[in-house]
Amino acid sequence: MDLWQNLPVALIILPLACAPICSVSKPRVSRMLSLCASVFAVLMSAMLILNVSSLGTSYVYKMGEYGAPFGNELFISGAEASVSLMFSVVMALSLFAGLRRIGQEIDDSRKSLFYTVCMLLLTAIQALAFTNDIFTGFVFLEITTIAAGALIFVRSKEGSLFAAMRYMIMNLLGSGLFLLGICVFYCLTGHLLFPQMKESALLLVEGGRYVRPIAASILLITIGLAIKSALYPFHTWLPNAYSGATPAASSMLSSLVSKAYIFLLIKFLVRAVGTEAFTMTGVNDVVFIYSVIAIVLGSIDAVKEHNVRRMVSYSSVAQIGYIFMAVSYGSMTGMAAATFHIIAHSLAKAMLFPAVDRLSEVSGGNENFRDLRGSGFRAPIAGLAFVVGAFSITGIPFLGGFVSKIYIATAAHDYGGWVMLISLIALAVSTVLNVLYFLRTVLTIYRPGERYPLTRDPSKRPFVTGALMLFVLLNVALGIWGMPIMRLIETSIMAW
Amino acid sequence: MLNVIYSHIEEAAAIVLFAIGFTTLLVNKNLIKKIIGFSMMDNAIYLFLASYGYISGRTAPIYVDASTEASLYVNPLPAGLVLTGIVVSVSVTAIMLALTVRLYKRYRTLDIDEIAEFVRKEGA
Repeated sequence: MDLWQNLPVALIILPLACAPICSVSKPRVSRMLSLCASVFAVLMSAMLILNVSSLGTSYVYKMGEYGAPFGNELFISGAEASVSLMFSVVMALSLFAGLRRIGQEIDDSRKSLFYTVCMLLLTAIQALAFTNDIFTGFVFLEITTIAAGALIFVRSKEGSLFAAMRYMIMNLLGSGLFLLGICVFYCLTGHLLFPQMKESALLLVEGGRYVRPIAASILLITIGLAIKSALYPFHTWLPNAYSGATPAASSMLSSLVSKAYIFLLIKFLVRAVGTEAFTMTGVNDVVFIYSVIAIVLGSIDAVKEHNVRRMVSYSSVAQIGYIFMAVSYGSMTGMAAATFHIIAHSLAKAMLFPAVDRLSEVSGGNENFRDLRGSGFRAPIAGLAFVVGAFSITGIPFLGGFVSKIYIATAAHDYGGWVMLISLIALAVSTVLNVLYFLRTVLTIYRPGERYPLTRDPSKRPFVTGALMLFVLLNVALGIWGMPIMRLIETSIMAW
Repeated sequence: MLNVIYSHIEEAAAIVLFAIGFTTLLVNKNLIKKIIGFSMMDNAIYLFLASYGYISGRTAPIYVDASTEASLYVNPLPAGLVLTGIVVSVSVTAIMLALTVRLYKRYRTLDIDEIAEFVRKEGA
């Protein structure tokens, strides 16, 4: 075994080791430590993806050299490595972009704990990306939930405690369903590792035995994870939670937490159930209906919203609908498109929250989009970042969101029939609505207003500017060189 | 039907308990009762797992110069899962209780609708 094959474990252990140190050190020290750890995680993820793509296949890492059935394993292929790289990059850049806000909005006594929670979150999502064992998945799912809840209530703003409470309640309902689902599935298949589960599940389904319990457990797991990642009827906690948190935390909640849940669902469906069993049980039809509703109604909610941060939060509801729609086709192309959209949307959304925050900062702290007039001139980089993020989510060519929308449409086309028609209509309607609310805001921030001058804001924000510029570059790069990444994801998902 | 339920009495009880816990967590207004519902829901799942993991007539898989015959022992994995799960739900319960204490100190009520009303007034 080569030395680089230990990188996934290092990615999990490094932030885990930093977390307790952060919790007992002074805020300055823990800030330095968590920034260094997240940058180091980016480097390690980059090394991992380079090595995995040159290796060409996947590999299994046995923890402590114990094999199945009692051992615990990590499974690494191109898709896991790219999602893990996205997680590390978003974590590092949102920390850098939100540094100043963290300093202002969080009490001094809690700053170290904030960084501790960030490190725990990084550990948990990396573990969710790599794990090959469903119960390990559950444990890290709960760690992610706790860390995400803490990210919301760490800020002592009115309403953030209540938002955190609602977030936790909905998430615990989801975890309960997920846990029941994996227990039933474990009792049926007798395994916890994905490949062995799939073997037994296929034997059972082909023999026509226990088909209904298997369908029920798949439904439980899918609904559990759908609640946790805010698919439409379960999204009510989302806008308050995202807009109540500090900008760095909003980026992490929208781009890391919910995306880690969906990636776990994709892994479970492809590697433990098999797409044939998934489509045979009819669970995918349920997911499809809800995702279409999510796409349309999430966009309508965003159009109705005047607060820019809440508007950006509502657009997440629609985008999560896209991902679930791609999952619901139950085909390999659909799963690959969903994975790519996870990456593209995360990079765009994690950039929008700090950009909106900077734009409202130069407009007297107002978040209503009418008050942002001319803010694109006062904070040029934040304006550019907002435009790029909005265009990427709308699906303008040469940006990440365009590539993923094409792949989702292709996957819909492969499925054919009514589903294709409904998907394409949903895509079209939501694109129009996206244009409506994002273009409205883009035009507003570049229209001169009377209250504030059009000159550049004199305050220097090197970290925000740097992080936003990197985000912009990444989004453009993903749009232009999206094909190799997509091919890497597609080939590795085919081989799962 | 009754026979099946009687021979799987633990699983049937677990599902009933899960349903009670889930509904309480979802619809009850009182935060403490919600947390009790959550604990019930999780414990029901552990009961379900533990009852599947136990095979009557077999002993715990602890090897003390006895027979190495595998059929004498039960599978240790479900018990391990239950233990892990208990640790997870205890920590989640702790964080929920801590949140409830902070909400109560601030709003002097445990009713989630009343808290929502207060929050709306604060925001306005």
